[in-house]
Amino acid sequence: MSKKITIEPVTRVEGHGKVTIHLDDNNQVSQSRLHIVEFRGFERFVQGRPYWEAPVLVQRLCGICPVSHHLAAAKALDVIVGAGTGDGLTPTGEKMRRLMHYGQIFQSHVLHFFHLASPDLLFGIDGDPALRNVIGIAIKHKELAVQAVMMRKYGQEVIKVTAGKKIHGTGAIPGGINKHLTQTEKDSLLNGDDPMNIDKMIDWSLGALEFFKDYHSKNKDLIDKFAAFPSSHVSLVRKDGAMDLYHGVLRGIDSDGNKILNDVDYQDYLQYIDEEVKSWSYMKFPYLRSIGKKDGWYRVGPLARMNTCDFIPSPLAQKEFEIFQAYTNGKPNGMSMHMHWARLIEILHSAEMMKELLNDPDLMSGELVVKGTKGREGVGLLEAPRGTLFHHYRINDDDQIEMANLIVSTTNNNIPMNTAVNLAAKQFMNGQTEITEGMMNAVEVAIRAYDPCLSCATHALGKMPLEAIILDSYGKELDRKLKNG
Amino acid sequence: MIIMDKKILFYGYGNPGRQDDALGIRFIEQMETWVEKNGYKNIFFDSNYQLNIEDADTISEHNIVFFVDASMEQLESFTITEVEDSNAQVEFTMHAISPGVVLSLCKQIYEKAPKAYLVHIKGYEWDLEFDKGLTEKAEDNLQNALKYIKKKLPEFIENSKS
Repeated sequence: MSKKITIEPVTRVEGHGKVTIHLDDNNQVSQSRLHIVEFRGFERFVQGRPYWEAPVLVQRLCGICPVSHHLAAAKALDVIVGAGTGDGLTPTGEKMRRLMHYGQIFQSHVLHFFHLASPDLLFGIDGDPALRNVIGIAIKHKELAVQAVMMRKYGQEVIKVTAGKKIHGTGAIPGGINKHLTQTEKDSLLNGDDPMNIDKMIDWSLGALEFFKDYHSKNKDLIDKFAAFPSSHVSLVRKDGAMDLYHGVLRGIDSDGNKILNDVDYQDYLQYIDEEVKSWSYMKFPYLRSIGKKDGWYRVGPLARMNTCDFIPSPLAQKEFEIFQAYTNGKPNGMSMHMHWARLIEILHSAEMMKELLNDPDLMSGELVVKGTKGREGVGLLEAPRGTLFHHYRINDDDQIEMANLIVSTTNNNIPMNTAVNLAAKQFMNGQTEITEGMMNAVEVAIRAYDPCLSCATHALGKMPLEAIILDSYGKELDRKLKNG
Repeated sequence: MIIMDKKILFYGYGNPGRQDDALGIRFIEQMETWVEKNGYKNIFFDSNYQLNIEDADTISEHNIVFFVDASMEQLESFTITEVEDSNAQVEFTMHAISPGVVLSLCKQIYEKAPKAYLVHIKGYEWDLEFDKGLTEKAEDNLQNALKYIKKKLPEFIENSKS
């Protein structure tokens, strides 16, 4: 009798994930799917709103990466107000936005690595769930927990001084930014009391990388083989091929490293990328038109960015990038757990970039906004913590948004996450007659590597259960398990 | 000017772009106005979309903490409960933590244990409605919670000494 196992966390309003794992009569995994019930109505909601509201309105989408949406919307509107397609802002405007963006990447990646990933590494995928969490880290590895808390706090401070406030920031506006950095803000972030200064953040970023590399050397099977698969990769890169998380051209490579998207202008993204709808998921499936629906899917995010860029324009991160690249002899890296390694290199890069920007006088003076001839349509892309984020708007004669299209990072990673889930399920569940917590966590580890954002902005206390249901081929429930109910 | 002998933090969280999910944030705004108007000192305020690990550091600097959040539980209007330590099981994708986890983390890292309460205010609507604020019933619940806290604040301070 075949079985279907469902793992489903339920949230209050929008966005929840569910994994179904179908076992055949021999308890072999026959099919696995990740379903994400993603809220897609936002594009309709913004229709009719004045275009200049978009950078603030889009932050309602998500309380996890509001800065990414804020900046992507502002970049799209830069085009509409005639301020160029990403490189036409004043030095102050662009650099303040970059500082905001690096603050966001830094704090988001820190949260993911220390809070979500490190418990699995330190306590094992099938470790005691009572200990396999951030409290367990605080008990057993206090120094890591302290670093996580203070690095998060530092990143939040960067966002606060650039976006203006922690909730619904207003810093980025069409054509630029609405404030300079003050001397006090600069001094505080550069030379604040230990540990709240940028040099300490760089030290700790290097320390986290050393921790990971040491762990990797002792756990190669897990890090190199778990949910590893070849794929294409897409990200922005700077025109000279450097990693650039804020702006650039779109580059795609296949699993052999051949360019399949040749540094194209993202204003034309619709020429290159389309989205497929599948009956079993609310989330769309983006693909490269030139390759087609079946094989045109790609990965985005930290691993993709390491694979697509030629170099990293900050010295310490570049050194780590060279080690990362050498591990696969310069070939594209398809190992899902290396996403953590890539994420840590980006933490270091972000810290270095923040230091460079904080020492830049342009942040404290100069023109904030530039405007030109108004257009009707604009596309804004950036590399959000989880991957490439697309915002596309068109306005009418009354300056109202008449069309919006968003492709969020998690949507770009839809098929890669499904592939990772399938591999993890086969590795841990094939031939098993009983599904343990450790097996379920293995599937979650595969998903977590991609750090998907399920828009938990509308969090709910006591409303985040994780449910596993086992059904036979006739739909009869055989077993049900509730986690965190 | 009235200086409290304890450092008190009111921390509201939620997404103010989603109707009644703004209850925690609105509570903070109105409470802060009342505190300023009455000249109370040593009362502090913070707010964010959700709680996260760095809030362990924030609460460690206070003696009494009130977490304020919207609730979809079956409440009459609002509840105030003392926060107990809580563990944090990692989810598929979890980018927020509960007051209990914040408190536990604070104890583990800073070896400090502020007296912590959760003010849970009943909400009803959570949609993306740009021109709609709190629902009428949620607004009533907010005012009930504010009235209660203002009146009982001295008792909470006294209880924290025990």
